[in-house]
Amino acid sequence: MTTVINVPHSLEDKSFEQVLDQVAPLPLDEKIIVDTRHARWASPYGLTALLALAQSRAERPILYVPEAENVSSYWSRMDFFKHAAELYDIQGRVKSAKATETSVLLEVTSISKSDDVHDVVDKIQQRAQDALVKNLNLDAKITMRFTMALSEVCQNIVEHAGRGGWVAVQTYTWRVRLGGRKVVVIAVADPGIGFRQSLESMPGFQRKDRWDDGQALEETVMRGASRFRDPGRGQGLAGVRRFVGNWDGKLSIRSGTARIAVLPKGDWDEDEPLLENLSYFPGAQVQITIPERVA
Amino acid sequence: MLRKSVCELYSNLVTRPTGAAVRCEIEQELDRIGDRALTVIDFSHVGLLDFSCADEIVAKLLLQYVSTDAPRREVYFVFRGISESHMEAIEAVLERHKLALVTQQTDGESRLLGIIGLEERRAWEIISQLGAGAVADVAEATGLTRDAAERMLDTLWRRRLLIRYDDGYVAVGSATVRAEPMRLDA
Repeated sequence: MTTVINVPHSLEDKSFEQVLDQVAPLPLDEKIIVDTRHARWASPYGLTALLALAQSRAERPILYVPEAENVSSYWSRMDFFKHAAELYDIQGRVKSAKATETSVLLEVTSISKSDDVHDVVDKIQQRAQDALVKNLNLDAKITMRFTMALSEVCQNIVEHAGRGGWVAVQTYTWRVRLGGRKVVVIAVADPGIGFRQSLESMPGFQRKDRWDDGQALEETVMRGASRFRDPGRGQGLAGVRRFVGNWDGKLSIRSGTARIAVLPKGDWDEDEPLLENLSYFPGAQVQITIPERVA
Repeated sequence: MLRKSVCELYSNLVTRPTGAAVRCEIEQELDRIGDRALTVIDFSHVGLLDFSCADEIVAKLLLQYVSTDAPRREVYFVFRGISESHMEAIEAVLERHKLALVTQQTDGESRLLGIIGLEERRAWEIISQLGAGAVADVAEATGLTRDAAERMLDTLWRRRLLIRYDDGYVAVGSATVRAEPMRLDA
């Protein structure tokens, strides 16, 4: 049996839940067709999550590509199809990438080992300065800190996921609030063991009365817990939290059936700090959003 | 004195394995020299330093040689070329492990970073200003009893922020800028 999974027109972190609501009830070895024909836009989160979705399936899925040429072309520009071809049977005409798209800071990039993180850091440094300082009016100090945050969230895949994942970085206009505002977004997705199972692998781990994906996210993100006994561990995510706090940004991490968010002080986004009982999706999906500075 | 530029190995110091590799390089260099060493860790050509790498290179390196009991070897560190962007990661890992270090600025001035008490900092600064000093100097300047001053200097020595010689002490940063601060086995 084959099930068609309808991808919404606008594919980002919130709307990706619609995809997971369709996929989660299906057996892992059931064939799925991921239908993006009607997609009009996808955030870095959407693209990286689509790749993680394919990785999570036992049976190689089919991908119907977007019909809109500009969308297909843009996904090519993001290197999405290059990676998708290894995970999906692609059906439909893929448009080649157009000339340089300046909103792309980092194309969809595979992360599975430490050297991949070095490559990402080297690559982003060349592009980040202009995008962050000139386009988003942010202080020049942000470039290094932004790259540090990117490095740390990529390392979570290498250190904890148990399998490879994806990262992408892009600037775009945030449309949640009227008027919009430019943002830069880092998205990192893997279909690995996730936060809960990672903590459970800690030597001597004891399950609490309430223990679930939401609790594991709170322990890790808010209290710096780590599966390693080494007291030096857990500093990376703490540093990312400080970074988003200092720049009025937002950090959200989804793992298993829960999603935690460190919310901005400003009013550019409305979200829940913790969402639970979501449709199950393995691994971890991280999104960091930094808004442009407005006077 | 051992000088080794970290940038010879990597330009961006990111990821824990990279940090561990750099630390191992430094430790191997230190193993080749005697039981006492003054080591300059130079970050001036390092682009990015992330938290994981700072934990491996700075914190775990210091932890090898800092002990309140009996450190196995007498190795002192001066950190140079620490930029504002490195500072966040370094301060975070020092705080996490309750460590302190000596950093030397471009003008040659040295200062302490990390977790250190007010009186300890004051004692270190007195020795640093004097160039070299004894227990009596610190006791006189701070108003502490001789025993208390002695304990404090001993603590700073065990934290490898002061170098002990005969009956006196030299502040780690000041020793590196003076022509002949003291001879270390190297």
